[in-house]
Amino acid sequence: MNHRHSTLVLLLAALTVLFAACERPRPLVEQRGYRGLGIEENRNPRTLARQVAANAPPAVIPALPAGDAPRAADVYQNVQVLRDLSLPEFTRVMLAITAWVAPPDQSCGYCHEGEMSADTRYTKRVARRMLSMVRDVNSHWQSHVGATGVTCYTCHRGQPVPAEVWFTGVPAVPHGLLGDRAGQNAPALAAGMSSLPTDPLTPFLVEGRSIRVGSATALPTGDRHSIKETEWTYAFMMNISQSLGVNCTYCHNSRAFRDWDQSNPARAKAWYGIQMARTLNHDYLLPLADTFPANRKGPAGDVAKIGCATCHQGVYKPLFGEQMAKEYPELQGDRTPPPAPAAEPAPAAAATASTR
Amino acid sequence: MAEYQNIFSRVVIHGPVYAGVPVPGGWRAGRGSHRTLLGRIGDTQIGPIYLGLTGVASLLCGFIAIEIIGLNMLASVHWSPIQFVRQLPWLALEPPPPSYGLRLPPLAQGGWWLMAGFFLTMAILLWWVRMYRRARALGMGTHVPWAFASAIWLYLVLGFIRPLLMGSWGEAVPFGIFPHLDWTAAFSLRYGNLFYNPFHALSIAFLYGSALLFAMHAGTILAVSRFGGDREVEQIVDRGTAAERGALFWRWTMGFNATMESIHRWAWWFAVLCPLVGGIGILLTGTVVDNWYLWAVKHGVAPVYPHLFPAVADPAAATGAAP
Repeated sequence: MNHRHSTLVLLLAALTVLFAACERPRPLVEQRGYRGLGIEENRNPRTLARQVAANAPPAVIPALPAGDAPRAADVYQNVQVLRDLSLPEFTRVMLAITAWVAPPDQSCGYCHEGEMSADTRYTKRVARRMLSMVRDVNSHWQSHVGATGVTCYTCHRGQPVPAEVWFTGVPAVPHGLLGDRAGQNAPALAAGMSSLPTDPLTPFLVEGRSIRVGSATALPTGDRHSIKETEWTYAFMMNISQSLGVNCTYCHNSRAFRDWDQSNPARAKAWYGIQMARTLNHDYLLPLADTFPANRKGPAGDVAKIGCATCHQGVYKPLFGEQMAKEYPELQGDRTPPPAPAAEPAPAAAATASTR
Repeated sequence: MAEYQNIFSRVVIHGPVYAGVPVPGGWRAGRGSHRTLLGRIGDTQIGPIYLGLTGVASLLCGFIAIEIIGLNMLASVHWSPIQFVRQLPWLALEPPPPSYGLRLPPLAQGGWWLMAGFFLTMAILLWWVRMYRRARALGMGTHVPWAFASAIWLYLVLGFIRPLLMGSWGEAVPFGIFPHLDWTAAFSLRYGNLFYNPFHALSIAFLYGSALLFAMHAGTILAVSRFGGDREVEQIVDRGTAAERGALFWRWTMGFNATMESIHRWAWWFAVLCPLVGGIGILLTGTVVDNWYLWAVKHGVAPVYPHLFPAVADPAAATGAAP
C-alpha cells in the first residue's frame, strides 16, 4: 500500500512538472505566412483580453473653441516649442500633459513652480524636450509610426516616468581573476530570461553597433562576424520580441533570418523603429544628462532611454494601433515656418519612406 | 524434470563476491560488495574497482577542470551558495573574446576557460586510454573505446580543432548549461541555419536511428526471451526458435530482418556515426561553408515558397543608413 502511495505521489509530481509550463485555454493562432511554414502568431486569449483592457486609450480631451484667439507665445512668456499654437490649443496640450503624465496629487505643480514661465523645475525642462520629440516623431518618423503617431500617453500611460524605459547595465566586475561574466550568463530580463547578453540595448540603441551577423555568401569570403557577436544580436532580437509580444516569425522567415525577400513587411517597419529609437536617444534623451537629478538616473548614472518596449509595452502596435495622435493636431509638428536658416534636416529614413 | 529457466528475471541474485577472470596486472581497490538496489538496474555487485595510473590521472584532471569551472561560476555570483544554486543553469565559464584570436588571454578573460578546457580534454583522453588498455587486457575487441573516440571527436571539433582553424578561441563553446544552448542557437544563426547542413541532417538521422534500433532490438530480445532469445550469443551460432521467431516477426512486419549478430553492428555504427558526421558538419561550418541556407540554394536543395506579402526591400540599401 505504501509502495503504491509513493508511486502515485511520484506520478503526480511528474505530471505537475510535465504540464507546469502549459497554458490554458488553447492559444489563438494567426497564420502570417505561407501555409506549413510555422509563420504564425500564438496568443493566449486571457493575456490578450488583459492587454486590450490595459491598452485602451483615455477619453479624448475636447478641443476648446478657438475663435479668434491669439497665439499662446504672444500671451505667455518663455514659450519655446509650442509657439505655433493658439491660446486654446496651448491650454489643451497643458491639460493633456497633466492628465497623461503628471501625478494627480501634483497636477500643474509637477512642472510649474511659482511663476508659470519659470524653468526652475527640471520636469518642465524635460517636458519641453519631450514635446519637441513627440512633434519630431509625428512629422519625421512616419516610416515607423505611420498614421498612428504618438502622444505623451503612448509611453507615459498616466505616469511621470514611463514604465518601460531602460538604463545601461552595470557590468559585473569580476572579483580579482575569477568570475568574469562577459556581459552575459545571468538571467537576462531584457532578453527573455535567457543567458544571452544582459544589456543588449546599449550597443544597438546608443552605440549603433552593426546588427547584421549572418553571412551574405554561401562560402567564406572574409566575413569575420563571431558567434559572440551573434549572441548580442540574438539578445537584441529577443528584446524586440518580448517588447512587442511577438515571435521571430512576426518579421522573419526563420529559415533564413537575414533574407529580406522572405521577410514580412513588419521587418522594414521594425528597421525604421530601431533607427528611430537610436536617433531619439541621441537627440533627446542623452542630452538631458545634466537636466535629470541623480534619483532619476540609472545605476550607471545614465539617463532613462527609449527602447521598443517604451511605446509598445508588450503589444505589437502600441495601444493596439489606436490612432490617438490624430485627435491632437497640436502634437503633429510645428505648423509655422521656421524663423531663419535653422531648419532641421529631415532624417534620411523619413525622406525615403515612400520608396518601400 | 528439467524446466527452461529464463535468465531475464526480477530475482536479485546474491552470491559470493567474485573478482572476475584473472587478468595480469589488474590490481583492484577494495574487495567488492553487493547492493540489492543496484540489482534492480544491473548487477548487484559493486567493485572491486580498477583505476590504474591513467584512471587516477584522468580523475585528477577532471577534478581540476570541474573546480576551475565551478569556482568561476561561484565567483560570478559573489561567492553566494544560494545564488549559485538559483542561477546555476545560467552560469558559465566563457571562452576568450574573439579579439584575442589564438593568443593566450588574461586569466579573467578566457584564460581560465583555456585551462579548464585543457584539463577536461586531458581527463577525457586519459579515460580513453584507460578504456582501451582495459579492453586489451581482457582480450576483448576495442569497439567500446572506438565508439567513445567518436564522441571525443565531436567534442574536440567543437572546442579545439574548429577554433584552431578559425583562428579564434572565441569560436568555442562556453562551459555552462543554458549558455552552451544559446551558443548552439547563435552558431546556427551566424552560419545561415544548420538545418541546411547535410552532415547535421545525417547526424540527426543516426541519432534518431540509434534510438529506433535500440527500441527495436531491445523489444525483440525481451519479447523472445521466453524462447531463449536472451541467450543472444548462443543464438548467433545455434539459431533456435527464439531467433527464428524474432526474424520472422520483422520479415512479416517490414519484409527484412537483421540477424542476432548483425543487429549489434547496425546499432554500433549508427551510434558511432552520429557524432562522427556531426563533427564533420561542425568542422565545415565557417571554414568551408559560411551560410548553409545559401549553400542549399546554390545546390538547389532549399525549396522556394510563394510570397504572400508584397516584396520587402532592405531599407538599409534604400536609405544608405547603417544597418
